[in-house]
Parts: sequence; structure tokens; C-alpha cells
Amino acid sequence: MYHKEKSIQIKSSASALYNNLSVLRIAPRCLTYFTVVHANVVNMVSASWDGLNYSHRQLQSKEGNVATSSSLIMQAAWCVLPSRDLLVLTSQKGIQMYESDGSIMVYWHALDTPETPTAQAVFARGIAAVREKYICVGTSTGSVLVFDVPAKGSNITLSEVLEEHKEPITDMASECSGSLECIADLVSADDSGLLCVWKSGEDFQLLNKIPGFDVSCSSVKLWKGTVAAGYGTGQIRLYEGVTGILYAEVNAHARWIYSLDIAPFTGLLSLPVIVQLLSAAEDSLVRVWHLSLTPETNSVEIEHMYNECVTDTQICGAKFCDGDGYAFAVTGYDLSEIIRYTQA
Amino acid sequence: MSSRTLPLLFINLGGEMLYILDQRLRAQNIPADKAKKADWLEEDRKRVMNDIITTMFNKKFLEELFKPQELYSKKALRTVFDRLAHASIMRLNQASMDKLYDLMTMAFKYQVLLCPRPKDILLVSFNHMDAIKDFVRDTPSILSQVDETYRQLIEIYTPLSAGEFQLIRQTLLIFFQDMHIRVSIFLKDKVQNSNGRFVLPTSGPVPCGTQIPGLIRMFSCTGEEVKRAQFRNGGNYTSALREGSFEMFGERVIKLGTNMYSVSRPVETHMSGTSKNSAQHTKVNTAPNPLAKEELNLLAKLMGGLEVQRPSNTDSGFRVNLFATDEEEEEALISRPEEFSYEVINIQATKDKQASAELQKIMGEFQEAGEPAPSSSSKGDDLLAMMDGL
Repeated sequence: MYHKEKSIQIKSSASALYNNLSVLRIAPRCLTYFTVVHANVVNMVSASWDGLNYSHRQLQSKEGNVATSSSLIMQAAWCVLPSRDLLVLTSQKGIQMYESDGSIMVYWHALDTPETPTAQAVFARGIAAVREKYICVGTSTGSVLVFDVPAKGSNITLSEVLEEHKEPITDMASECSGSLECIADLVSADDSGLLCVWKSGEDFQLLNKIPGFDVSCSSVKLWKGTVAAGYGTGQIRLYEGVTGILYAEVNAHARWIYSLDIAPFTGLLSLPVIVQLLSAAEDSLVRVWHLSLTPETNSVEIEHMYNECVTDTQICGAKFCDGDGYAFAVTGYDLSEIIRYTQA
Repeated sequence: MSSRTLPLLFINLGGEMLYILDQRLRAQNIPADKAKKADWLEEDRKRVMNDIITTMFNKKFLEELFKPQELYSKKALRTVFDRLAHASIMRLNQASMDKLYDLMTMAFKYQVLLCPRPKDILLVSFNHMDAIKDFVRDTPSILSQVDETYRQLIEIYTPLSAGEFQLIRQTLLIFFQDMHIRVSIFLKDKVQNSNGRFVLPTSGPVPCGTQIPGLIRMFSCTGEEVKRAQFRNGGNYTSALREGSFEMFGERVIKLGTNMYSVSRPVETHMSGTSKNSAQHTKVNTAPNPLAKEELNLLAKLMGGLEVQRPSNTDSGFRVNLFATDEEEEEALISRPEEFSYEVINIQATKDKQASAELQKIMGEFQEAGEPAPSSSSKGDDLLAMMDGL
């Protein structure tokens, strides 16, 4: 179903961090951007669609003013808002927002870091762009920071702090179908497996809390109100976000899941509506699933379509390269490349 | 990342070091032509092991170690183990020490990478601790020191969540990132590939709490199971083994962290590194590390607790060789690829008088009686060179 393409070399190897691959398509310029975190550096590659041109850039975790220390980066992700795209980096010291090409840092938010290290680690992790102008970032205290981003310029403000999680945030996702009919438009996950489902706005509104079972939920996605959550046990669960009804439970992987992704425009014209879900784990396997939504019965079903073993690689990042799931990209711990697979 | 990582890193690397030294001390019954001094005796081996374990589990040192803190750089930690290895009458030269450290780090990297659940890092540590206790079983005073640390480990680590252990594991993996040294025992066991990467099986038991992949269950809105489907998981997995004991005693079930060396499986390494790409990806960082001073201070504090027992007379020092012959050892030192060099701590100690004085003081404590201090410790001398000169 998929075949392996020539892989893209990156300047330094990927660290073992959840969701450690971000992909941004720049359609007008026929380019795809990739980022992979290596310790305190973000590797950025822009690849032309014809596969002929690659350009590299590395971003350091600069700490706003003082250059006294170089902290480890937890995640890098592109945030696509209607008005602009930003590259967001989260680290042990704070949150950095760059123009999408990584050229200019437009915003820096420092975390409260104690003078001497405490037993509880401090970091930010979990990044999502929500609706018109919000970028939400999770922290190790369980807070979700909501940033209000203007259409241009650097006047980004912290507009709200959401305090529902008690454990470190692991991942966050916004509604990816682009549909405005869904009530829920943000889901946040934490180390206890708790999922919080939110409606955005001037004041974010908590719609539902889906309890965990003391297993980290390391990656989460939201599609037409359905929450897809990947856990440390290798399970994937599908929930109806607002009601918390469990649609499906899948024994998907033999090790800790590190990444989920959805290609929201796979089969829009089909009935039931079908999308592709990608899951990747430390067990070196990437799997592609079909999620089908039957509107009459309001039920979601999941079917296993394909798997690919990336031999001897603990996968830490896997993303579709386009909205229709035609290609996906994968990277893993200690790997200095991004491996791409496209549909045959 | 996790500020709880250093104690586990130290104890597990220390455990691996003890396995290797124990095996070498048993194997290296100095041949007759070199036996001008006394042969290694069983008593000497025990003394070396006891001295190192006593130093490792020194109360003051462990107090510093267990304080929440970031990890040191590879080079700084190497310095700590240099001192530890020389805490007794045994002496290792540069090449043997390099090899010892490579073996230790690759062994623990393997264990961290392969441990089924992040929490199992604690069982790996307990396997090391159990073995260390066995090394000193005849010496009650040292045994009680080790037990004290054991209790501390259980108290601090057993309440941590799976997520916190994952953070510890991810921190360790960053520490070991890009290290692809080939180890012959791993190559022979086919758990390491010739490019230095470890083999990750897609078969065998799944971790505790994980089900064998392959089952999909779907539910109605009332929570009833309405459909079941199977899929081919692409592997050959079996059910989880029972969970190992997280208490002071009991079976750990997992074997990672137990002693893999024996007379029939001796310590050896290939030092050729990865065949390709390694030079490209493991660049030696020549930029001044802004953390160096901060790290030096922390290191000085930590090492202040590392008491080194000096031999009462220098003649009783034994040299241990991690290579088959002295010639091989010499060859290894010369031919060691630059990318594996640990000698790159550019600490600007001399610029900071206080830190420098502190460090000098500590170095002074390590100084062996009768050996003159180096005549010059000019600016730019790296920490290791300074210490080796002492």
C-alpha cells in the first residue's frame, strides 16, 4: 500500500520525545517543512516536492535574554492559524514562537523555574493552534497556557491559563477536520491519562473530562468531535469528546505509543466518512488505520489497514505529509533521517 | 528534563564498572614474566571491589548525588568515574579507562533502550544493586552502607508515576544519544548490529500491563461490546511475564542489569565505532560550553564527597589492563578515533578564582602521596589532564 521513498537526512539525530516530528506543507511554494528535536537543538529541513532541493536550519533553545544555559527542548510544532503560521518550541525554560521559516523569534514566554532544581521537573510540552487566533501550550504543572496571537506582529499575549490537569501535560490537539459544526475544538492529555475537552473562545470552556487509568496518554488527536488517544500501554482509544462515550479500544502496539496523526481529508466524499489514522510506537512499528464515521448512528469504527516496521528504531515521530494521507514521514531515537512512505 | 536521573545513571554505570573490573581482576592473573610484584590474589580483588564500593556508597557523596539536579555532560561524568575507578590500589591507564567507560556506557544504554516499561529501569538498577550487595556480602560495614542506598532508592523511586519514569528514561536516552560504540559481547549475542545500533526485537513477551497487539473492540453508547476484530500485528509477541519485585528482596524477573560477563564471556571491545555517518553526526563540540562553570561547581561539590582511599604505600598499586596485552592497550590509545575522545572539557577554571581554588582543593585530596604536583596547570588545561597529572 505504501512504499519507502528516499529519506531526508537531518543535521543531528532525533531525541526520544513524544510527537518528535512536525510537518508543514507550504503549497504555494511546493515545499514541505519538517522539524525534529535533538536535545537542545531543533533540526529544520525544507524539502521541495520534486525531491531535488533540501535546505537545513538549526534552532537553539535561546532563553530570551540571558545566554547562561542551554535547556533541553521538549517539542517543536508548527501552528497553522488562518492568518499566519508559527513554529512553536517548548523547553525546560519556556516557550518560543518563531516565524514559520525559523528566521525570527517573535515571542518568548518564560516558565517559572526555581533557583535550584526541584524533584518536579519544569517544562512545557503539548502544542496546538486553535480556531482563529489561539495557540495553546501545556506545562509540567498541568496548566494549559492560552496565547492570543494577532494576525501579524509580535504582540502575542497570554490570555488565559486553564487549570484542570494535575499531572504534566503530554500532548494537545485541536479539531483537525476544519469543520465548524463540532462543539469541541481542543483536547488536552496528561501523564495520568486524563483527557480534557474544551471549547475555545474569549473564555475557554471545559466541556468534558475523560478520566484516565493511570497510564500516560502520550499522543492525542481530535477529529469531528472524536478523540483518538494513544497510551503508554500501546492502546489506542476512541472517545466521543463531549460525552466521553468510548467507541473503541485497540491493542495497537507492544510498547509505549509516541505519536498519532490523522489525515482529515482522506475520503471526504465517501459514506461513511473515512479518514486515516497513523500510530507509531517504541515497538518500531507504524500503523495506518481507517476511522469511519456513520452520521446516522453517530458511531465511529476503526479498522487496521497497514503496518510498516522501521527495523531497530524506537519511533518517536510520525506524521502524514498531506491532508489526504497520501504520504507519511517517520523518525526515531538516534536516527539522523526522516523516512518517507508514499502510497503505491 | 527529569532532575531524578543522576542517581540511577551513577548506580547503574557504577554497577557495570564493577562487573567489568571484577571479571578483569579474576582473569588477569598476571603472567609469570610480569610478576615482579605479587600476583593478583583473591584478596587483592576483594580489596579493590570493597574500596570502590565503599567510595561509591559514601554517605556524603550520595547526599549530593540524590539532590534533584540536571545531568552532567558525558565528560564530567567520566571524570567522576575516573576517580571512582582509582579509589583503590588498582591503576588503569588512559586507554583502559576509555575502554572501561565505553563498555559501561554502552551496556547501560542497551538496558535503558531495551527495558520493557520505563519503570523497569528501577528493576535494572535493583539487579545492579543486588549484584553489588553480593560483591560485599562478607563485609557487613559496607553491606549496610549499600543497604542504606537501597532503601533510599526504594523510597524515592517506587512512588513515581509511569510518566515520571518515562521522563527519566528520555533524559537518559538524550545522555546516551549518538553513542554507537560496538561491543563484541553484544555483537556475538546478535543484540547489536555492525553499525553500532541495538537490535529491537518484535517478538517475545510484551511489557507488564500491555496486551499483545491485534485486538480491536468496539462499543455501543451504553458501553456494550458490539464488535470485535483481529488484525495481524506484524510481530511475534507473547503475553507479559509477571512483574518483578520492587522491594529490597525478591526476584526482578527481567535480566537486564545482571552480570553478563564470565570467564567464558570475557570483556572485549571493538573500538572502530560506526562504519559510516558517525563522523558526520557526532561532531566534537568545540564551542565553549556556557554550562561549563556551573557544571564545574556542581561537580566540585559532588566530588567533594567522593573520598578516595589512597594506598598506604605506592608500591602496592596494581595496574589493570582492559586489553589482552600491553601492546594492544598502547595501540588503542594512539588509534582511538577523535570522536571518542573524552578530553574536551574546556573549563575556564582559572578564570574563576573561587571555583578554581575549590577544584584545586579537591584535586589535592586526590593527590597521591609522594607524587609531585604538575609544575604547570596553565589556562586551558582540561580537567582530566589536570587530574591525570595529579
